[in-house]
Amino acid sequence: MTADQVTPEPLRSTSSIGTSLLRRDGVEKVTGDATYAVEHPVTGPAGEPPLHAWLVTSTVARGRVVAVDATAALAHAGVVSVVDHTSAPRLADTSDRELAILQDDAIAFRGQIVAIVLAETSESAREGAALVHVEQEAEPHAAAFQEDSPTYAPESVNGGSETDTLDGDPDEALARALVTVDATYTTPHEHNNPMEPHAATALWDGERLTLHDSTQGPRPVRGTLAPMLGLAEEQVRVLAPYVGGGFGSKGLPHAPEMAVALAAMTVPGQPVRLAVTRQQMFALTGYRTPTRSHVRLGAHPDGRLEALRHDAVTQSSRVKEFAEQAAVPARVMYAAPHRATTHRVAELDVPVPSWMRAPGEMPGMYAQEVAVDELALHAGLDPVALRVRNEPDVDPDTGNPWGNRRLVECLRRGAERFGWADRPTGARATVDGEWWVGTGVAASTYPMLWMPGNIARVRSLDGGRYAVAIAATDIGTGARTVLTQIAADALGCPPEAIDLDMADSDLPFGSVAGGSSGTTSWGTAIVAAAQQFRADHGEHPDPGVETTAASGQYADMDGHALHSFGAVFCEARVHRYTGEVRVPRLLGVYSVGRVVNPRTARSQLLGGLVMGLSAALHEEGWRDPRTGHTVTQDLATYHVAAHADVRDIDAEWLDDIDELSTPMGSRGIGEIGIVGTAAAVANATYHATGVRVRDLPLTADHFLE
Amino acid sequence: MDAEISLTVDGVRRTVMVDTRTTLLDALRERLGVTNPKKGCDHGQCGSCTVLLDGRRHLTCLSLAVANDGAEVTTAGGLRGSDGGLHPVQQAFLDQDGYQCGYCTPGQVCSAVGVLDEIEQGHVSHVSDDLEADPELTDDEIRERMSGNLCRCGAYVGILGAVRQAAAASSEGGAA
Repeated sequence: MTADQVTPEPLRSTSSIGTSLLRRDGVEKVTGDATYAVEHPVTGPAGEPPLHAWLVTSTVARGRVVAVDATAALAHAGVVSVVDHTSAPRLADTSDRELAILQDDAIAFRGQIVAIVLAETSESAREGAALVHVEQEAEPHAAAFQEDSPTYAPESVNGGSETDTLDGDPDEALARALVTVDATYTTPHEHNNPMEPHAATALWDGERLTLHDSTQGPRPVRGTLAPMLGLAEEQVRVLAPYVGGGFGSKGLPHAPEMAVALAAMTVPGQPVRLAVTRQQMFALTGYRTPTRSHVRLGAHPDGRLEALRHDAVTQSSRVKEFAEQAAVPARVMYAAPHRATTHRVAELDVPVPSWMRAPGEMPGMYAQEVAVDELALHAGLDPVALRVRNEPDVDPDTGNPWGNRRLVECLRRGAERFGWADRPTGARATVDGEWWVGTGVAASTYPMLWMPGNIARVRSLDGGRYAVAIAATDIGTGARTVLTQIAADALGCPPEAIDLDMADSDLPFGSVAGGSSGTTSWGTAIVAAAQQFRADHGEHPDPGVETTAASGQYADMDGHALHSFGAVFCEARVHRYTGEVRVPRLLGVYSVGRVVNPRTARSQLLGGLVMGLSAALHEEGWRDPRTGHTVTQDLATYHVAAHADVRDIDAEWLDDIDELSTPMGSRGIGEIGIVGTAAAVANATYHATGVRVRDLPLTADHFLE
Repeated sequence: MDAEISLTVDGVRRTVMVDTRTTLLDALRERLGVTNPKKGCDHGQCGSCTVLLDGRRHLTCLSLAVANDGAEVTTAGGLRGSDGGLHPVQQAFLDQDGYQCGYCTPGQVCSAVGVLDEIEQGHVSHVSDDLEADPELTDDEIRERMSGNLCRCGAYVGILGAVRQAAAASSEGGAA
């Protein structure tokens, strides 16, 4: 679909934006009536019931499949077929080695898909998968991310940023500096673990593939899968009306989506359901690479930074490169005349890392904000005061003026509300019974991201109603609700008058729900289409007239540095005898532009804080280097924050309207909540105990003497 | 091997043929088309599949369907009133925004209904100070008792508020 490009005007008159409209899909969610990817009652043209697919995965970390013996599986009642690399449909394009499954005998990591069992019931499919005998030939592998792992410099890092940057002579300046920090910080394997495992129902009717998918981007899935399958994009339809979380793991298509598509193409007319098991997700659906950040800071005795180096090393897979941009936030946070950032990647025989909430910013700001806390200690300065002292006048990276940098206000507002001034200066100063008590702070940042190419359609209906369509997705963010509010204000009608159609790749192009760019990008397109609709059809249109408009670039990304900022304050208690860490208080104060819906925005910011707390306290994936196996592949061994971990936690935001970023005045809020949070917790545990932990998570063993 | 069992699901008596390997969760979702309880882990580690089984909250992924012949199952879908209106706990989840993606939510809702009933019946928990006295519905009690239901969106603050709101509604208006 093509449409004229329209760059919208700012929305100056708003009555729905800024209100806490209840979620439009709330009733379906609290009753369980909402239908997720394998819950759609899909049948074939003659009423054929769905087949159940089960994945068979490799048990060696590198090698090849010698033979797949399906005899016993096929003899099992209910098993219909077993698809392997000798029988799977051939792909038209195999250059994406993560997605080009079952095309050859190569095994590139443990947990790779080597066969798919199709059966009449899930019980038969699962048993059938256990009965498939895969003979594998193992080759030597490297699956451990180690300090001496060979690394290389990628051409660019995730998001398209430069691999390395250099200003001035940081090494010389560091050697001269009177106050320094020189330390290495690590974050472990982290796994997204949305509550809905990756899943899809696929139907191939011989002409068209219909995929009910659990994805953050129906159009990107279509755009990726169709050419690989040798299909025109219009031959693939992807629907995702409800998505049980993603946090990045459903942002890009992964191998299970290709598996269900290939499986469906072997049984035309018969739907195929594939629900990836929780265990399989740890190898097949992306994860956050472990990171190692060497941070060096050099400052004057008054705390002013003179030099800054952030050298980040991360893991990637030999199958497909993913270079986490962990040193990128160091480019914008603080002023320092001499600065360098580098990224190096260790290529291993491991599953493909991918996006997990705030890739780059989350692990990178953990390292940097703990380092800044250490610098404050060495300089004898309050950590808030040190950050204020290093506030840059312009973006250190681009030299552009800031669009709306209000970090200092976030710090001051948070400090006031948290009671920061009452804090004892020294560490290990407060004890309450058997608990050491301390407080910590960290800054947070996330770039304003806008995705090009979005298109929205506005059509007038009877009775003053409007149908608004864009292939956006709501993965729990509240998009279905806030886009309704944006459309209502853009058209000058109440939100009840908007019928929003989304989450279907047949609709006009919507970009991925990722990079905190959804509301920004889809909302800008909706405002553009609504304003063009009014220009085309006036204030009192006849029913049935419509306008489709493509979003021009509204955001002033070339003229200004557009970023969100925040400050996170934490109180931590560390048990004197067991080392257990508890977080009784956590507060985030953010500058994120205008908040479209305070109710859903608060939930998203709190959700980010909770995920950051979870990373601080618990999350740690372990891969056995001997086998390449992720041994912590379920929720009993890979711990995430439970309800009892979350105590007095709150998020607030500064009153703001950012007209440089979007016509709504908003910026994205999906990721900033996780950024800096783990650092605030780590800094609070230092203040409580005097023990500086530089390696996440903050497990009890760190604090035992 | 197949076996026929009967279940009363959300007030409707249903007969269903199951495999003896079929879990109660899969019997509901795949055999009866009742997808209100969700499958998050299939190992009893996340709570998404929670229903009320003969009135008590229960992880349906951890029990076999054939072991539950004749049981009464109430899913989040069956908590609505006879007029189709929301249960006070469901309304409270809406008001407090105690959810985001909605996938763990039906399990959270069933669990919350169970928690309020357990408090009413005087069941103590790991965080109850006095094991002899009737427990009070403090925030700590709610957090502890709801900890079997993971929410990766991190909606715990809203969930806490929802359980509080539902408890207040129930004490004002009699039993919910």
